[in-house]
Formats: sequence, C-alpha cells, structure tokens
Amino acid sequence: MSDDTALSPLDAPGIESAVEDALKALAAATDLDALKTARLEHVGERSPIALANRAIGGLAPADKATAGKLLGQAKGRLARALAERQTQLEAERDERVLVEESVDVTLPTDRHPRGARHPLETLSERVADIFVSMGWEIAEGPELEAEWFNFDALNFGVDHPARQMQDTFFVDSPGLVLRTHTSPVQARTLLERDLPVYIACPGKVFRTDELDATHTPVFHQVEGLAVDKGLTMAHLKGTLDHFAQAIFGPEARTRLRPSFFPFTEPSAEMDLWFPQKKGGAGWIEWGGCGMVNPNVLRACGVDPDVYSGFAFGMGIERTLMLRHGIADMHDMVEGDIRFSAQFGTEI
Amino acid sequence: MPRIPLTWLAEHVELPADLSAEQLAADLVRVGLEEEAIHPAAVTGPLVVGQVVELTPEPQKNGKTINWCRVDVGPDHNEPGGAPRGIVCGAHNFAVGDRVVVALPGAVLPGPFAIASRKTYGHVSDGMICSARELGLGDDHAGIIVLSTLGLDAPVGTDARELLGLGDEVLEINVTPDRGYCFSMRGVAREYGLSTGAAFTDRGLPTGDERPAGGGFAVEIDDAAPIDGVPGADRFVAQIVRGVRADEPSPSWMQRRLQQAGMRPISLAVDVTNYVMLDLGQPLHAYDLAQLAEPIVVRRAMPGEKIRTLDDVERTLDPEDLLITDSPDGARGSRPIGLAAVMGGGDSEVSGATTDLLIEAAHFEPITVARTARRHKLPSEAAKRFERGVDPQLPPVAVARAVALLVEHGGGVAGELTDVDRRVPVPPFDLALDLPARLVGVPYTADEVRETLVSIGCDVSDAAPGTVRVQAPPWRPDLLVGVDLVEEVARLRGYDAIPSIVPPAPPGAGLTSGQRTRRSVARALADSGLVEVLSYPFVGTEQLDVLRLPADDDRRRAVRLVNPLSDEQPFLRTNLLVTLLDTARRNVSRGASDVAIFELGLVTRPVADAPAAPQLPGGVRPSDEQLAAIDAAVPPQPRRVAGVLAGQREPAGWWGPGRRADHTDAIAAARVVAEVVGVELHAQADADHAPWHPGRCARLTTADGTLVGHAGELHPTVVSGHGLPARAVAFELDLDVLLAAASPDPVTAVPVSTFPVAKEDIALVVDASVPAADVLDAVRVGAASSAAGDVVEEVRLFDVYTGSQVGEDRRSLAFSLRLRADDRTLTAQEAADVRDAVVAEAHRRFGATLRA
Repeated sequence: MSDDTALSPLDAPGIESAVEDALKALAAATDLDALKTARLEHVGERSPIALANRAIGGLAPADKATAGKLLGQAKGRLARALAERQTQLEAERDERVLVEESVDVTLPTDRHPRGARHPLETLSERVADIFVSMGWEIAEGPELEAEWFNFDALNFGVDHPARQMQDTFFVDSPGLVLRTHTSPVQARTLLERDLPVYIACPGKVFRTDELDATHTPVFHQVEGLAVDKGLTMAHLKGTLDHFAQAIFGPEARTRLRPSFFPFTEPSAEMDLWFPQKKGGAGWIEWGGCGMVNPNVLRACGVDPDVYSGFAFGMGIERTLMLRHGIADMHDMVEGDIRFSAQFGTEI
Repeated sequence: MPRIPLTWLAEHVELPADLSAEQLAADLVRVGLEEEAIHPAAVTGPLVVGQVVELTPEPQKNGKTINWCRVDVGPDHNEPGGAPRGIVCGAHNFAVGDRVVVALPGAVLPGPFAIASRKTYGHVSDGMICSARELGLGDDHAGIIVLSTLGLDAPVGTDARELLGLGDEVLEINVTPDRGYCFSMRGVAREYGLSTGAAFTDRGLPTGDERPAGGGFAVEIDDAAPIDGVPGADRFVAQIVRGVRADEPSPSWMQRRLQQAGMRPISLAVDVTNYVMLDLGQPLHAYDLAQLAEPIVVRRAMPGEKIRTLDDVERTLDPEDLLITDSPDGARGSRPIGLAAVMGGGDSEVSGATTDLLIEAAHFEPITVARTARRHKLPSEAAKRFERGVDPQLPPVAVARAVALLVEHGGGVAGELTDVDRRVPVPPFDLALDLPARLVGVPYTADEVRETLVSIGCDVSDAAPGTVRVQAPPWRPDLLVGVDLVEEVARLRGYDAIPSIVPPAPPGAGLTSGQRTRRSVARALADSGLVEVLSYPFVGTEQLDVLRLPADDDRRRAVRLVNPLSDEQPFLRTNLLVTLLDTARRNVSRGASDVAIFELGLVTRPVADAPAAPQLPGGVRPSDEQLAAIDAAVPPQPRRVAGVLAGQREPAGWWGPGRRADHTDAIAAARVVAEVVGVELHAQADADHAPWHPGRCARLTTADGTLVGHAGELHPTVVSGHGLPARAVAFELDLDVLLAAASPDPVTAVPVSTFPVAKEDIALVVDASVPAADVLDAVRVGAASSAAGDVVEEVRLFDVYTGSQVGEDRRSLAFSLRLRADDRTLTAQEAADVRDAVVAEAHRRFGATLRA
C-alpha cells in the first residue's frame, strides 16, 4: 500500500513541503478545469497528504496523535485554499459567461406595435374628466335627433333666421334632423334629471359644410350646462376660465363679447388668449355661451323665476387644432392611421 | 354682411380724424358687432389731380397713335424746377386743359399694379393717366377719367384718393340675427356711439314733414291670410317723382359708396334706392309710374299664380307669398308687380324710357318674408333686412330721402305721397331693476340700468316698486322681455366687468359605468395594436353592394338624407364596417401595407313604419305623452365597435418572419372587447352573413344566445372590392348589447387556494366536424362532474392534430387541465377521476375516445 516515496505521517517538514506544493498548484490553476487537475493531484485520494493520512493507521499508538494533528492541519489548510480558489474561479467564469452572452440591445424590438386612440376621442375624454373633477356629470344623446330637441326646445322659432344660420341635414322622416349641436342633450337632461343639473355633453354634430381645411360636415363639440338657483354670468366666466386653463395651461385666459344665440340671453362669444397665434399672441374665437334663455328652461319644465342657468359650447376639432398646431381639417377626419399614431393613447 | 366705409359712417356719428378700420372694429366688437374682414384702401401712394398742358399725338409703327403729354400735377409733384411731368397715354378722350387723375411712381393701383417711371415709345413716362377700370371704379376702360365728366373739380395736385373715395378702408362686420338695424350706417353708427360715447345723430327719425297731403297713388293692404294673425304688411309709403332722368348713372360719389358697400351701380333710380337702404336700413323699390295702374294692392298670392321677377325667371307662387299687385284695366289687384320684400317684377321695371317714378318703402312682416325668400331661394338684400326686422317708422323718412336724392341728381319734381299706416302699437313690458345684477353677477345700480336702457332708445317709466316699464325703440323688435334688456345692460356696461367665479357644483357620481367601459374597450383595442379612426356616417347603395348585402338585408333599411353632401352617399350608415372598410381602403391606397384599425360609433337602424315625430312649439314643456311620441319617432342608434385587420398582424423582422392577420385575430379582438365589458362570448359558425367568408365567420352571442356581432375573415370579393391585402379580417359588435349583458354587480372574489396544483393533459379524438368549442364545453362539464368535485382551475386547448394516427375525418383535440382544491391536496386518484369524467362526458356527447 505504501511505496518508497511515500510521505511519512510524522515527517513534518515533508508534510509542510507537500502542502506548499499543493497550495502553489491550486493558486496556479487559472480555470476550473486546471483547478480540478490540481485538486486530484494534491488533494485527491492519491495525493501525498491523503496517502500519508491513510498511513496513520500503521503508526505506533504514541505517534498517532502527533501525526493526526499534523495531517489534520495540513488537510484543513488545503480544503480552505481549495474552496477559496473554487469560489474565485467560479465567479470569474460566471462573469465571463455574462460578457459572452451580451447582445445588441439596439436591435429593433417592435414585434407587437401598439395601436393608438383617435386624438379627438382622447381629447373629448380629457375634457370630460375636467368637468367630472368639478363634480359635473357627462350626458349623451342620439345623433339623429328630433327637430323639437334640436331647435324648438332651444328657442329656435320655425322661421327664425337662426334656424337657417346652421346648415342642417334633414332626413326623409319628417321631424328628424342630424343634430347641429349637442344642445339637444341639454334639453333631454333637463327633462330627465332632478335639479340642480351640472352636465357636459361631448359628441358628434353635423352641418352641411363641404370638407375643406377649416370645415367638416361631421365634427365634435363639447357643451356644458349648469342650472341651479343663483347662477350668474360670473359663474359662466369662472367655469370657462377653469376649463381653458385645464386644457391650455395656467396662462390661458378667456374673453366674452356680446353675441346672439336663440338659446341664451345674454349671449356671448368666447375668445381664448392664444400666445401661439400666427402673427403674434392674440384673441381667437373658441366657442359660444350665455345664460340659458327662459324659454328653453320653460320648454324643459324648469321655472325661470326660480332657477337660472348658463351654457357654453366649443368645437373639439378647433381645440385640438389650436392645442396641437394642426393646420388642416382633412387629417382629423380621413382616418389615416399615421395621424392617430402620433398621439398614442393619451393627450 | 354689411360693409362699412368709414367716411360714410362719419355722416351719422363723430369719428376721430385718424380712426383706422382696425380701431373701429375693436370699438364695435365690444358691443357685439364682430369684424368679418377689413378691406384695405383700393389705392395707396400718390394719386393726384393733374391738368393736361401739352398733348402731342405720335403715330407708331404698329398703327397705334399714342399721346405724349405734359401734365401739371402741382408744385409738390411736378419735376424738380417745376416742369410738368411727361406721361405717355394711349387714350384719346381728352384734350389740353382737361383735369385728369394721375398715378405717380410709387402708387399701387388695384391688381395690385405698381406704378413706376418707365421708358416706352421713345419717352420716359413718369406716371399714368388713369381710367375708371384701372382704379377699380367700374368697368369703363373706353378712355381715361376726365374729372369734369364726373361732375368733379379740384385744384391741380389735390389728393385724388380722397376725391374719389379710393383711400377709404372698409370694415366688414358680422351682424347677428337679432340686430337687423345694424344692416345700415344708421344702426352701426348708433352702436359706435354707444361703445365710445361719440356723438350720434339719428337720421332715421321722422321730422314731421313726411305727411301726405292727399292725392297720392292709391294703395290698399288686403291680407286675407295673415300668418299667425299678423298681417304681411302694416305700412306702405309711396311717393311719385315726375320728370326724373331715372336711367342715367348716379353721381360718382354715390357709385363709389355703393361699390365700397359691395353693390354694383346700375342707374340713378336703382342706385338711390340701394343707397338709402344701406344708409338707413329701409329697403325701397322704384316703379315706372307709367306702367302702373291704380290701385296697388298688397295681398297673398293665389294658388298657381305666377310672376316674372326682375331676374327674368317665371316663378310659381305659393298662397303664403305676399305680393304687390296693381290693377290694369280696372281689375283690382290682378297683376303681380313684386314679390313683397324679396324681388320686383319685370313689368314695372325702370327703363330708359322712364320719366316718372313711384318710390315705395313698406314694412313687411318678418316670417312672411323669410318663408318667401327661402321658398324661392331669393336671399335678397331687402329680405335679409325684413327677416331680421326693420324699423317701421322708417318708410316715410326713407322715401323722402330717396325722392330728395332723385330730384337733386336726376332733376324732376317730387309729387304726391301715400302713407297707408296700419301699425299696431307694441306693448311695453316690465323689468325688475335687479334682474341684470342677478343674472350677470355685476352689482349694477338701478340708475345704471335705467341710463343704459335710455341710451339704446328705450322709454323707461316707473312701474311697481323695484321695476320699470320699458317701451323698446321701434328699431329693436328683438327686445321683448326682461332678459333681452339684461343683455343690453351687460354688453353696454361691458362684458369685461363680469367677474370669474367657479360655481360649486353638488358632488357628482363621476362617469357612468358604460362611459368608463367604453373608454376601456377603446384603450384595450389600442393597446393590442389597433389604431382608432373616425369615419363619416354617410353611405351609398354601391358601398352596401360591395359588402354583398342581400337585397332584403336589414342593413339596407337606412335613413335617407334629404340634402346629402353627395348624391352618391345619401344614407346614414346602418353598420360601422361599411365606412370603416373605406377607411382601410384609403390607408392601403396611401401606401400602408398592414392595417389594423377600429372605430367606435353610432349607427342608425330605422324601424319599419315608425311614427313621424310630432311638431310641437318651443317655450312650453311637452306632456309626457308628447315626449314619448318624440322618442318613438327617433330611430334606435346603437353604439357599435368594429375593426378591420389586413396584412401582417405581427411584423417580420430580424427575429424571423411575420404573421399575417387571420380570422383568429378578428375573433380575439372581439373577445378582448367582451372581456373588458365582462361578458363571455360564445362563438358558432355562421355560413351566411355578409360581408364575411361563409366558412370563416363566427357569430358571437352572449350566454343566453343574444346576438352581439360577428367576427372572422372577410369574403374574398369584399377584400378585393376594397383593394385590401388578401384574407383581411374584421369584426363588428354591438356595445350596447354587451353592456346590457354585463353584470351590474361587483365581482365576488373567490379565495386563492394555496394547495398544490395537479396537472392533467387529455387528448380526445372526435369527428373533425365537431366544433372545438363544443368539445371544450364537454371537457368543462365533465371535469366539474367528477367525484373530486369542482376542482378545475383552468382548461386550455393546447393542440389540434389531424392525420393518419387518428383516422380519416377525425381529429385530436388536446386539453391541459389545472386542477386544485381549496381545502386539500388532490390525490392521484382524484386527478384520475377528473380525467375519467372528462373522457366519459366527451364520449357521451361526441363518441370521443382518448387518444392512444
């Protein structure tokens, strides 16, 4: 079992030398394969230290303790060194693997392109959110509407020039029109809900304009209506200012100027202060508004001696054009995906 | 809309000498007259009066003769040293000594045409002698303007822009329907005075000299069928003028003003009536007296009666039309000579032979005029004014004014005057003095309210405590009730004075669940790669044909527009795909190779034999029954969502090939929508639903079988008909049906089991014709019925196999089941029980066998 070159378990200098050799070999191993070779040679079953350890059994009882201590220490040193080197080389290997695994992160990743919302819709929703945040609610109604709701309830007399002012699409069923504004929703709401009423009505409206850069026969409006006790034009102005600032930023201002609508009295056009206006900051027309005409309140079963109200309306297209620098109406109505895609899903 | 030359306006109200059109616009917009446009001066730069001092005709090789002139344009403009300017002129209608209009280098004439010194015909021509056409004064290009022929004279060197009114800026304003009186210089001047405090002189007030002295042309107002009880005319003033040169041109200043106001000069008689109308707001008409037979009768038309109007069109009249007639051969009112307030008739038109005129100014009722103008599509200047209301005290004033102008410029003698005056006094009304403050939110004092009302021409007297009785001025027929006066107070005290207060609304409930869900649907589709678009709802038969809709398809029953923008698209869409497919086509034609789009919107589904909507008045709340009748007449307009996918659903890239959109993408998108709403969709094959492929269309229903919509591959001819990439797919769902099917109750949470999962894979072999959905249902039902109880957490169909291993016309459907109990770890036996129960149920239903 032993040979001539075997290390004696009591040969302290020899053991020390063997340990030194082993430590050198472990340290010299530069990768895990080399370490394995070194381990087999210097720490494995056929290594001098292991053989010496096995030889302890043949020693005199008096020497056994001495040899056991010598070899135990030697084995301990080697095991620690081996573990340390093993950890070190594994870490080096892991790091190398990560480097080798690197990829080109600039390659395109658009395997599942996102879609987009139409900005007129997202803007309408944003507008709705502004009013909801004020405690208002959002009301809706039909697009093909009864003339009574679109005109008569709103104080457009049968022969009033204002009834011609808006170029109305009539249909083959008498008494119906494509609504020319979202105001019929206001009348419907007043008839359906209990007072007070604070509502905004976004929606599609129709007028017989040919499509060009600034007109479209189908467009979107948002109208607001508040009917309560003690409402004044000051409340109208406050609501408009808040709305303008929420949409156009804290610098936004509004200006009212006298105008005429059958459904409001007093009536006003609303201008928006627009710093980005072509040719320099200035006022631009944004919408119409006023105090609800008592005839409208009466048509909706509201007593104008007890309640007052204000109403306003503006075009979503116009608002979008102003807010986003859109020059031509065509882009908003033709359904080109490249137009919607610019806006993503929020606005 | 009215155009306001500043110099004309100045005849009614004091204007600052340096007032610009821009400043005028700013002053007027404050009181509600909006700027429509500013028309700049016709001529800029030096345009002066010159006198021809030398004229040398020089024949040219081309056969023409030009005149080499020396023109004295005054010390400021002559050559250095004082010599007259040398100017080449091609016209021959002038002589030495004539005063002419000279455009000097630096002037810009209409065109624009810039004048400069230039070499021509061997001379340096240092300016231009102008014709009327070159100055934009008319079409006359026969020769240059000789001032004396226009009745004008001015010293050499005078600014001819001012002389000819060519330096005036003109403001065009927009007049709202309640301000008819602002279709006149008189009305605009009044508003300018109110806005700025400038002194306004009302030239429209009767002076008292307009009273008839008898013997006037006989006129009768005989309205047998007043509309709403109001006679079609309540005043008719007419005056004879004899010996007038009626057909000659009007004076140049009048022509110029008419042009600035946007009207074409025609003849003295016509121009004078137009001029007075523009000035005061009262439409007038001039008849050739020789062609008229007494009496004039104002009456309604008879059924089938005809008139040939001034534009030489024969028009068939409606019994509502109001006519001016005369009485030839003693037949009273037998011959129509004018469509009241809309257009005159040809028979009594002023011509070159006319020497005696009858000048008419009447007051017509707005509704009659509006209907006639609309009926005959004749939106005349007169109709525009009468529709909005004309001051009924104006007719005699306007007639007197017109007659004076005719006599002054056409010679002749004013004759007898007729004034048929049937005016009914307009009753005054009361105003609570605190109403303006209550509605506007500005604490106007009682005195401020009174002062404002007086300033606009109201008579204000005391009524009950805190109220005043107000008589509105005759030019303000729009002032009828208290709130009308509130607007007057607010606008004249300034809208700028109104404070800004956000009203505290009562707490709201936020968006409705339907509104929130719709947003989520759109967002989910966008997140899954579809782009939202909007399309017009107008469609034509051809589009429905391309969709292959059968002749009796419900979707062909559409509402038709009476006045569509295009005759090819007169219908309102009954489904979204019809317009969405056009949008897809447009995108493809613009170069998009892959299209994934969706739209949310309403469609109109008329009901056969629906009742007509009742006609009800405004200002009164309809009864509940009437409201129900209105609603019954409005067709259902369900909200739909539809999508079209064509081309690659997943793009090719460095990672490998892409994947073309197929029917599963359409059905998946529909399922996404339903999942967002919280409804489970059931699919079954539908072999007969256009525009889909008969073998690749899923009919989608709710659990109770209610139809929600369809999804799948489009029919190949629909795809090719729209020029889309092959095998395009689509879906369309009724969102209202889905929303109605969604549970209104909140989700009840099931506790999450932490016991281990057991997995079972089961491959069932069935006839190839058995739909996978049916087998899946059998698997679910079978699994739930096992001895282990309901322990199925998830079932997925993970493989479909056809081939020799399962036999002809058979296929293997492989399901993976995740099983878990919420109170124990499942035993191997329990999992096996589930497996056996699944196989048994599938076998019972379809003769399914477990795949070996």
